[in-house]
Amino acid sequence: MRRDVVIRAEHLGKRYVIGHHAPRERYSSLRDVVARTTTRFLRTAVDVARGRQLISGDEIEEFWALKDVSFELKRGDVVGVIGRNGAGKSTLLKVLSRITAPTSGRVEIKGRIASLLEVGTGFHPELTGRENIFLNGAILGMRRAEIERKFDEIVAFAEVEKFLDTPVKRYSSGMYVRLAFAVAAHLEPEILVVDEVLAVGDAEFQRKCLGKMKDVAGQGRTVIFVSHNLAAVKALCTRSILLRTGRVECDSSVDAVIKRYVSASDAAHSISFDENKGRPAISAIEVSSEALVARDLIVDIHFVSPRPLHTAVGGLVLRADTGEPVWGSNSRFHPSVKIVKGLTHGVLRCEARRLPIRSGRYSLSAWLGDWHEDYDARIDVLSFVIGEEDAHVLRPPVSAVGHLDWPAEWGTAEAASVLPAA
Amino acid sequence: MDCPISQSEQTRVLVLEASRTERNYWSDLWHYRELFAILAWRDVAVRYKQTVMGVAWAIVRPLVTMIIFTIVFGKLAKLPSDGDVPYPILVFAGMLPWFLFSSILSEASNSLISNASLISKVYFPRLIVPVSAGVVALVDFMINLAILFGLMAWYEFVPGWHIVFLPAFIAFAVVASLGPALFITALNVKYRDVRYAIPFAIQFGLYVSPVGFSSEIIPADMRFLYSLNPVVGVIDGFRWSLLGGESQLYIPGFLASLGVTAFMMWYGLRYFRGAERAFADLV
Repeated sequence: MRRDVVIRAEHLGKRYVIGHHAPRERYSSLRDVVARTTTRFLRTAVDVARGRQLISGDEIEEFWALKDVSFELKRGDVVGVIGRNGAGKSTLLKVLSRITAPTSGRVEIKGRIASLLEVGTGFHPELTGRENIFLNGAILGMRRAEIERKFDEIVAFAEVEKFLDTPVKRYSSGMYVRLAFAVAAHLEPEILVVDEVLAVGDAEFQRKCLGKMKDVAGQGRTVIFVSHNLAAVKALCTRSILLRTGRVECDSSVDAVIKRYVSASDAAHSISFDENKGRPAISAIEVSSEALVARDLIVDIHFVSPRPLHTAVGGLVLRADTGEPVWGSNSRFHPSVKIVKGLTHGVLRCEARRLPIRSGRYSLSAWLGDWHEDYDARIDVLSFVIGEEDAHVLRPPVSAVGHLDWPAEWGTAEAASVLPAA
Repeated sequence: MDCPISQSEQTRVLVLEASRTERNYWSDLWHYRELFAILAWRDVAVRYKQTVMGVAWAIVRPLVTMIIFTIVFGKLAKLPSDGDVPYPILVFAGMLPWFLFSSILSEASNSLISNASLISKVYFPRLIVPVSAGVVALVDFMINLAILFGLMAWYEFVPGWHIVFLPAFIAFAVVASLGPALFITALNVKYRDVRYAIPFAIQFGLYVSPVGFSSEIIPADMRFLYSLNPVVGVIDGFRWSLLGGESQLYIPGFLASLGVTAFMMWYGLRYFRGAERAFADLV
């Protein structure tokens, strides 16, 4: 390996084997049931005898979460890995952080690597804040002496001085997250692998975390950062890799990759999902394309449920192509929401008329739940243009002036009457 | 902040490949010794939090079992003790290693599943998890040992010079349980049925192992066969060491137990190492 290369991945692949249940006929004869049960039993017996993993379902499918992924990272690179859900981002991080072994290809890693795939890994609710700092630090690969040296800094960063000797199960969720991130933020590996951990805590704390990440990146460490938040990737990274269905689609500068990512998800006004989650789930999302031209956002969230749902609550978030959320709505906080009576299939419709936002490309996330529980969320699954694209060529870009398109009154007055006498 | 650039020049290159078993596994294990210590400490600390009786549980359980076994085997079945050893002491000296064995087995076999969130989020040699779970059993064992000495004082029973070998037998017990424990732990990740089989197997084992009685009562021609159960060797060793000359050590049987233990440790470790890399995909 060349001196300044710290990670080199060559033709990396990771295969998972998943099982499907064949669609079941409503009425099946006893003979079918016996035949199916017998085949399944025999297959299980063979699998156990060969020491293989058991897969439930009637059909087995191989699925490559990563396929032929190659890249090289140099020391000091801060790389943002982006891609849709299921593009293989998390799998890539898991392989790089040695949690799971690749199925094919190889990776060479030079230097101490630490991964942060979750905030607060290994936190134990019964233990106190102080105890958890040591536990979590050790789990992330810090030495005891190192934790002791940074202890005060960690506590100050998390702002939990008063509750150090309280079990963390008594912490508010904000305190919990702050403490967890504070430990992680004080890791000093040569290579840091981070998964979407910034998506926690309040806005102020997120800013603090982003600042800390910037510090880390500024010290000549290599950072690999996965995020849905294109704004964060833009703010942090010097380079970006776009994954799509397990392959590297683009590996270039951040701006180029983000552009590709946004345009690759070419205007899509509807999408459907057919996996069976065994719980209430979003089955499709539809956006009325005619309405969009007039800046009306009309969205149908279709849902299915294995049991009749008596309440269904939906949420939407509209994100600009720079990654910031621009608008959101949640029927949980809407007094006029109608309660659905025992539906296993249904539609939630949201209408937002005359959105005061600039013309441009936006992506939509949808969420389904009830008053107490989250059922399903689909992040940035649709991308489309609101208003007229490139309608005003001479206008400054949205990234320079903001997202709001709000009429302003301009007037002029004679200067002499306003200026104080010289 | 110290700059890591200079020291990283001599860092080794880590290669991740499909079919390669970790080359630096054992040095890695050493590298993660602090994590091992802190996980073991966590298990011990958490065990007695939010319990009313706390450490008393570690005392009550063996004492009650000992009383029942003494009544059932010693008084009702009228089984003979070794020499002049009071029956409760005979039972307790057998229960000590048995509880050590069975709790390592049950604690370890569930350890990977109960630490699933850790395994799917961070890398470390997975061997740490079941072994550190075993440390809890060792702590309980130490408490039990103190009870035994209390019991000996009560019966005014003085152990002989053999007691200096006790640490060796403790190590024997740990290795004897760790071998099967590693195998079962790895198996449990793949096939969750194992979880239900373990309590059953342990209950069964309590009666086939010489816990409530002396292995002297096994017919002589069956004794060697009986000793293929490694726990037999462990318990006999404990009794020999703790009860001194009163309890004889049956050497061929003891060696057989040692051999079986060594084989199981080798096989358990081998199986665990082979399965280890897929754990994160399975838990």
